[in-house]
Amino acid sequence: MNTIKLKFKATTFITIIFGSILISSAQDGIAILKKVDANMSSDTQISESQMIIHGKRNSRTVVSKGYAEGDKRSFSEYLSPAREKGTKMLKLEDRLWIYSPSTDRTIQLSGHMLRQSVMGSDLSYEDMMEDRKLEEMYTVKVVGEEIIQNRKVWILDMEANVEDVSYVKRKAWIDQERFVPLKEELYAKSGQLLKLVVMSEIEKIDGRWYPKKMNYKDALKDGKGTDFILTNIQFNAEIPQHLFSKAALKK
Amino acid sequence: MIKFLLKGIMGDKNRSLLPIIIVTIGVSLTVLLSGYIKGAMGDIIDQNARFDTGHVKVMTKAYAENKDQLPNDLAILGVDSLLQQLKNNYPEMNWVKRTKFGGIIDVPDANGETKGQGPASGMAFELFSKTSGEIKRMNLQTAIVKGALPTKSGEALIGQEFIEKLGLNIGDEVTYFGSTMNGSMTFKNFKVTGSIRFGTPALDKGAIIVDITDAQKMLDMENASGEILGYQPNEIYNDEKAKQLADSFNNSVGNTTDEYAPIMLPLKDQNNLASYLDYVDVYTGLFVTIFIIVMSIVLWNTGLLGGLRRYQEFGIRLALGEAKGHIYRTMIYEAVLIGVIGSILGSLVGLAFTYYMQVVGIDIGEMLENSSMLMPSVIRAKVTPSLFYIGFIPGLFAMVLGTALSGIGIYKRETATLFKELEV
Repeated sequence: MNTIKLKFKATTFITIIFGSILISSAQDGIAILKKVDANMSSDTQISESQMIIHGKRNSRTVVSKGYAEGDKRSFSEYLSPAREKGTKMLKLEDRLWIYSPSTDRTIQLSGHMLRQSVMGSDLSYEDMMEDRKLEEMYTVKVVGEEIIQNRKVWILDMEANVEDVSYVKRKAWIDQERFVPLKEELYAKSGQLLKLVVMSEIEKIDGRWYPKKMNYKDALKDGKGTDFILTNIQFNAEIPQHLFSKAALKK
Repeated sequence: MIKFLLKGIMGDKNRSLLPIIIVTIGVSLTVLLSGYIKGAMGDIIDQNARFDTGHVKVMTKAYAENKDQLPNDLAILGVDSLLQQLKNNYPEMNWVKRTKFGGIIDVPDANGETKGQGPASGMAFELFSKTSGEIKRMNLQTAIVKGALPTKSGEALIGQEFIEKLGLNIGDEVTYFGSTMNGSMTFKNFKVTGSIRFGTPALDKGAIIVDITDAQKMLDMENASGEILGYQPNEIYNDEKAKQLADSFNNSVGNTTDEYAPIMLPLKDQNNLASYLDYVDVYTGLFVTIFIIVMSIVLWNTGLLGGLRRYQEFGIRLALGEAKGHIYRTMIYEAVLIGVIGSILGSLVGLAFTYYMQVVGIDIGEMLENSSMLMPSVIRAKVTPSLFYIGFIPGLFAMVLGTALSGIGIYKRETATLFKELEV
């Protein structure tokens, strides 16, 4: 009888210990994600960027200027090279329009088309459009620690708790001191690795740590991936509201 | 002797009618099914040759490895000089450049905004060239449902199903949206000059056909092309010659490690067609063998029944002093004659049905609705020279084998019991 009681007590104790470890790791994970979101998200954002697309035969650089308001509205204009100059994109909620000056047409993209590559890069339209806070989309578990880029990081496993996400599973390596992701693996529901993102050149901008260079690598393609380099970024800047309209595309 | 046996066969219908009917049915089925298999495979191969593989195809090595993804970033650069070189070195072939591309066809509303769109399977042919023969080869004139062929830059043919789905009219403008060879976004407006139906659902749903010069500009492929296709004289595929040509070209290029070096592949080495062709040979052989076995069993049985009925005749012939071997041989000769008659009749009936199936065919369009395979929607039989003799193999062989098996009974016939039977 005593043995049974002892076994029961031990099991309960182990369950409580493991349970509280799990709860605390989940809570830690959420706390980490909140801090990451605080660095990476803002009410508005105006950025200038270069996208260096490493092709098989050559590499090319696409320069653009983007305006974003939360995760619902964004507008970007391509500035160079000549073929892309004047091409504009507008995102309102989950819809995306592209304007081409050469044909003077505004084309709406939806559904599976949003998974297509943007200008031959390793980024899809969905990647470009998604700017929601991680904390809102994923449940999180801290699964380990590691050192990468000479920085101590937490390894987070994330699983989507909402339907409309591009990647159902993510694994992120978060800088323990600066709360910036240094590496991310993005997975499909099946567990297939779809993309690998490496963040570098972390700088403090307007009081927040932010990666100025990101290398996106489509796991299903050969090559060196696409470098996304921020040349200028302003957080919480004022954006003229007329930019977020279809009329702005043709201007 | 033959005349004597023929008279016997014609005179005694009980002796020959059943075996001739059986052989005729078997042979006609063999001919019809062989003709149908050949026809179906011929259609599939012809469709692949015209649309995709050519009789030989030249690509860069890297493109060849990923050709299902239409990797125009790995296309042949300096295509015009390579094309000229091929024309000089292999003048008996017809050489054409082609580029396939994938993107979106977008249809604008009155305000220029998206009214409808769908994925496009783009094909760029040398439409404006007077010597390429592409219009005839692709049966473009016949495949046009409405309108006409493009005659100048900026014009395109669109798949009939796509036109119907979006309520487009001839003369309307659509926008193609996709990626260039370098991965840049590309947009181009095309005036629809006609709608086209190839009978291949994969193409009819979203085909856009333009001249290759338009595609080259649109996809940043000046002096570049995805593929060069070669067609043998009279558009008839000869596998042996295609292989020799490909070997000769590949040897002339040398064993280079350059992944952008050109490589030539014969039709059979593309789209798993080799295995299809091998399957056809195996299945036709298997089919004929099964027929021989089944018909031999039936004819053996028929021979046994006939033998029983002719038991007395054999007895008398033996009593008259005819050797058992001689009787056996005359039966085999008789079987050969019946086999020949049945095979001729069966071949005639089979050829008539095959010809009917060649003209009418079987519509499998509904089965292919969601298929992306390059297959014609009507599968037709084909009357080929081999059908004129293929039926003789099971027809003769089965009849002779059946008779040979049933005739063994003659050797068991005892002369002693004969007289008792004849009540002499």
